[in-house]
Amino acid sequence: MAKYLLLKHYRGAPAAVNDVPMDQWTPQEISAHVQYMNDFAARLEKTGEFVDGQALAPEGTWVRYDGEGRPPVTDGPFAETKDLIAGWMVIDVDSYERAVELAGELSAAPGAGGKPIHEWLEVRPFLTANPGITECH
Amino acid sequence: MDEALLRSLTPSVIAVLVRRGADFAAAEDAVQDALVEALRSWPADPSPGSSGEGHPLRDAKGWLVTVAWRKFLDQTRSDAARRRREERVDQEPAPGPAPAVDDTLQLYFLCAHPSLTPSSAVALTLRAVGGLTTRQIARAYLVPEATMAQRISRAKRTVSGVRFDQPGDVATVLRVLYLVFNEGYSGDLDLAAEAIRLTRQLAARVDHPEVAGLLALMLLHHARRAARTAPDGSLVPLAEQDRGRWDTEAIAEGVTLLQAALARDRLGEFQAQAAIAALHADAPTAEETDWVQIVEWYDELVRLTDSPIVRLNRAVAVGEADGPRAGLAALAALDDSLPRHAAVAAYLHERDGDVATAARLYAEAAHQAPNTAERDYLTRQAARLNTRRNR
Repeated sequence: MAKYLLLKHYRGAPAAVNDVPMDQWTPQEISAHVQYMNDFAARLEKTGEFVDGQALAPEGTWVRYDGEGRPPVTDGPFAETKDLIAGWMVIDVDSYERAVELAGELSAAPGAGGKPIHEWLEVRPFLTANPGITECH
Repeated sequence: MDEALLRSLTPSVIAVLVRRGADFAAAEDAVQDALVEALRSWPADPSPGSSGEGHPLRDAKGWLVTVAWRKFLDQTRSDAARRRREERVDQEPAPGPAPAVDDTLQLYFLCAHPSLTPSSAVALTLRAVGGLTTRQIARAYLVPEATMAQRISRAKRTVSGVRFDQPGDVATVLRVLYLVFNEGYSGDLDLAAEAIRLTRQLAARVDHPEVAGLLALMLLHHARRAARTAPDGSLVPLAEQDRGRWDTEAIAEGVTLLQAALARDRLGEFQAQAAIAALHADAPTAEETDWVQIVEWYDELVRLTDSPIVRLNRAVAVGEADGPRAGLAALAALDDSLPRHAAVAAYLHERDGDVATAARLYAEAAHQAPNTAERDYLTRQAARLNTRRNR
């Protein structure tokens, strides 16, 4: 029982096998892709492994504290940012192997030509809040 | 109204319904509905004088059986596809008093059935044996309620072909209870206390030294609960804990249980772990810990489990018993990709006086830590050593 983040990148991941930008797909191919993603989430709900899934807008703002009594400084978006998160899915599974298996399935979502994208997804384990009771001497 | 008492009746009420012909999944749903109704409608504090006829608290189990059975029949009748079963059920004689047979143990076996994944077995046990609601379980495990509901109904489907009176393996049950205990305290639900309650209930029904061993282990660890964290939530390692805050009653109970179990000469993993916990509990100060005996128990554990994690913990104990060099020698035989290997190495190197190596290893261990409490603790250790070195 551990939670993993399946992270999808706009930018920053190694190139996918079927690496055609989405705006070059046919509308039907886009629909098929969206359907695949929805079905995947629905299936994980049924297996009792789904926690959360969200998509992010590509453009964000950088914000930082600028001292007492001053408004925060904002900047960006920066076109040169190397790593750009597109969205994520959080799963709660019995093993790391299961997390990898599911990420593999998600990466098979169809893209151009109806063929799997073979997109690289990042699998990151969650840190829990506390150690197991008996693990602490 | 005593929620704990009510919840403790859950497995036996499910068993009554199953004995009367309901399948496990439907019986479990019906009893869960009855529990919810009881929690909603029962008076919080019935006045003792007004012991009116049929007051639920006079026979809580009888009340639950009646209501759950009615809910089961309602469900069965409303389901046209189940007409056949309805006819069969209707032909049965009116339900009499609950049979005296205690089937609670069967519920433990069913919910921990080897065909279930660990997370399914845990969820099903907490609901069908523990009487917790799906929402409570979902909150404790930080998943959406819908996800937990699916996990539970899927688990019920998985065991739907298992005969209810089939004997089970107590070891599978113990593993599930151990998992629940280790989850600790999450949100408003105290899973460690719940695991103790369920293990106690099991120990009252099974005469098995490992069941007693697990209960002892849980009590001995739980006894240190108040001392394990500082007010700011940070971890306090065993050696620095205020032993005055340990729960002496829980320790005494754990030690008594353990001694009786060990006397039966059927040693198992949980008894050996409990023995180590008992030796810690027995030391008035960290310095007075009997590390030599602890190493001996680790040797037993290695023999019983052959687990690399146990060997890692043994290296710490060897370091305390025979000095850090001996501990490092024991560590050298182990794969350095083991979880917490760097943390153990850091500790032993610091004890050996090699502050620079220790600081580097603490930082590395923090980077690999599987939880934030340990990460923060290890980062502070690295910072402490680096501050000392840079002064």
